[in-house]
Amino acid sequence: MAQFSLPQNSKIEVGKYYKDKTNSKNLKKVNVYRWDPSTGKNPRVDTFEVDMDNCGPKVLDILFKIKNEIDPSLTFRRSCAHGVCGSCAMNIDGINSLACIKSHTDIKGDLNIYPLPHLKVVKDLIGDLTTLYKQYESIQPWLKVDQTGKEKSELKQSQKDREKLDGYYECILCACCSTSCPSYWWNGDKYLGPAVLLQAYRWINDSRDGDKKERLRKVADELKLYRCHTIMNCTNSCPKGLNPAKAIGSIKKMLATS
Amino acid sequence: MENNNPLSPHLQIYKWQISSLLSITHRIVGVINFFAIVLICIWAIMLVFGENSYSILNTILDSVFGKFLTISLCWTFSFHILNELRHLIWDAGYGFDLKISKITGIIAFIGSFVLTILFYTLGRNFF
Repeated sequence: MAQFSLPQNSKIEVGKYYKDKTNSKNLKKVNVYRWDPSTGKNPRVDTFEVDMDNCGPKVLDILFKIKNEIDPSLTFRRSCAHGVCGSCAMNIDGINSLACIKSHTDIKGDLNIYPLPHLKVVKDLIGDLTTLYKQYESIQPWLKVDQTGKEKSELKQSQKDREKLDGYYECILCACCSTSCPSYWWNGDKYLGPAVLLQAYRWINDSRDGDKKERLRKVADELKLYRCHTIMNCTNSCPKGLNPAKAIGSIKKMLATS
Repeated sequence: MENNNPLSPHLQIYKWQISSLLSITHRIVGVINFFAIVLICIWAIMLVFGENSYSILNTILDSVFGKFLTISLCWTFSFHILNELRHLIWDAGYGFDLKISKITGIIAFIGSFVLTILFYTLGRNFF
């Protein structure tokens, strides 16, 4: 049975309140989840008053402004800042998204920022994705071909076959979808989750791959695949506009018809 | 190594979507329907025991509570049927588009009330 409430050591406490020191009239209250492993205390939510007149348009800009001007200890992952690397995935205003492409002007009222849901927190906004990466490895995300030695030749793909990968190859593995999925929350150790299943479909669907049957056989599992109940939180949250629910549906259909 | 780091909040913070709300409703309603079918079976068995047991049931079902129960169960079945149709369409590989799934969801939800009225009035007046 899934545990719906947070364990005792994860209960969130009220944190510090950082009042604005710039006398700005255009303030936004930003509530950020904080947890410092060195203190031994429970996580807390700090509130920052941020001067919006001197801040960029994205949520990541706010986080940087807080880190640079208010509290340098704020910890979060980021790299490209252009929605390509997937490092800054977090829960913004209740929905998982990339901080670097999510505009804060769309969000009315206070801004709530939490780490990706139902992960072990490493620090502040950083969640531990080890399990997800292991599951990704388990689907063997590389081309498998029978060619050996001298026979090896270029693997050609028609334009039509290449188009079958559209909507799947764009996945950047930011984990927004997997950590938005209630099924993955309750069965994350066994269920592969939308991100990994979308990747699995991407390889099953690749005309150059020689291991389609085996890939399908491996994924056809009560827990690995069929824990998807088409809740569609994944598709709702994907910052790249992809459709993991459809990918999973396609795998199920392939299994049902093959 | 036991990881004692806290678990990040999930249900507590995640915003409900139409799709997720309908999904959990589908499941709850499914459990209710399971018990409802048991109830209907008991009802059928009681009818076998003759006129007396029938009239007892009739008074129960004619009370305000009885009517509330019947209408509620009409709705749970209606909703489950319509939402299950969505699942059937998904299983056939269609309707995964965000907009379409939202529309079918809303249709299923509104339709469930229409079906409820239909079921109840039909049951009242013709059977």
